[in-house]
Amino acid sequence: MSEQIDENLRSELQRQGVWVTSMQELYNWGRKNSIWPLQFGLACCAIEMIATAASRYDIARFGGEIFRPSPRQADLMIVAGTVTKKMAPQIVRLYNQMPDPKYVISMGACAISGGPFKQGYNVLKGIDRYIPVDVYIPGCPPRPEALLHAFMELQRKIDNQKLSGSEKAEFLKPEQPSEFPVPAFGDHDLNPPANPKVYHPPKLERQS
Amino acid sequence: METLEQIKNRCELAARGAKVEIVANPGPSQQSSLLIDNEHAVPVARFLRDHPALSFDFCSNVTGVDWLDRVAKKTAKVKQVVDGVEKEVDQTTEEKIPGYLEAVYHLYSIKLKHGPLIIRLRTENRADGTRLPSLTPVWRSAELQEREIFDLYGIVFDGHPDLRRILMWDEFKDHPMRKDYVQPDDFEWEPTPHDEVLERAKQHYTSRPQLDGAEKITAPQS
Repeated sequence: MSEQIDENLRSELQRQGVWVTSMQELYNWGRKNSIWPLQFGLACCAIEMIATAASRYDIARFGGEIFRPSPRQADLMIVAGTVTKKMAPQIVRLYNQMPDPKYVISMGACAISGGPFKQGYNVLKGIDRYIPVDVYIPGCPPRPEALLHAFMELQRKIDNQKLSGSEKAEFLKPEQPSEFPVPAFGDHDLNPPANPKVYHPPKLERQS
Repeated sequence: METLEQIKNRCELAARGAKVEIVANPGPSQQSSLLIDNEHAVPVARFLRDHPALSFDFCSNVTGVDWLDRVAKKTAKVKQVVDGVEKEVDQTTEEKIPGYLEAVYHLYSIKLKHGPLIIRLRTENRADGTRLPSLTPVWRSAELQEREIFDLYGIVFDGHPDLRRILMWDEFKDHPMRKDYVQPDDFEWEPTPHDEVLERAKQHYTSRPQLDGAEKITAPQS
């Protein structure tokens, strides 16, 4: 399964009518072409997400399939829009309810960092403070093509995930958590303001 | 619509002992307003709504204002004897005005097609005396907006049917629209900070571990 077959041998065999593949390839091919996103939107990015799902852009052509109304039936969470601090615990709770393997696309400036509302007292400065994010899409809001591109990036990521060995995918490691603590409403801010196990902001080295 | 003076006189006649004051607005909008004392706010509001010549039946907007402690400077011409000659001299007097919170209501009349009439209610101070009478029993449309003022400014409206926070969560203790509100410290990742954000972000900076000497090079003195 982990042994790679020689590419020349494989194409030669294919010419003779023998299709050779690996379990990993077949498994990932099936997974990446049937990603069911969770159906929820938070702000104007959700309108672009709806356009992506509708007939003109049609994310189903890429295996995006149907948007599921329940987290228990979804593989992909598209965080589309501004995450307010009041909404953040619900987002983490929805993420926790999704079955593994699960992926997160952080769509638009707000979901990445807070965007134009970053300095607001009520806006979470990026959903990656609480849950791990696989693909970030910049834009305000990103066009449907950008979401499709992010979706294809995610498919590429899934395609490259290993099923065994030391480099196997995160969701296959038993020590890797699939649920993250839900922040509580505190007196002045969410408690904790970020999950230090998930959130690793770059250290700024500047003269203060 | 009648002038503010006329409405003020009507209010004072209708509610015995009511103190109504005209707060002038010198700006381009010229939207001066009526300041009503808290004790008589509800009867005056009910009068404004019900009087056939006024009938302000629609409260379109309620908002809050935070006034910090401030010093008002007044200059007045004073006659003084300088070197035996009487002269007119400008004298500035400083007056300390303690801070307060305000609730501002914009009223219109759908029936008579006039408005806006702006009325204000003022709290005693910003600390413990932040109670105002609720005008929700008079205009139902004020309900959610008074809740918003309660949430963001901390004005407690007596007589409000359902006074809860509306935007922030119930456990929240602060009032974010007050001018002295300080945000919680989540400034650890600010790629392009400036002004106040820069000051907050600087507390999270780590100093450069190694300096390459370039910072000591200065422009040659000419």
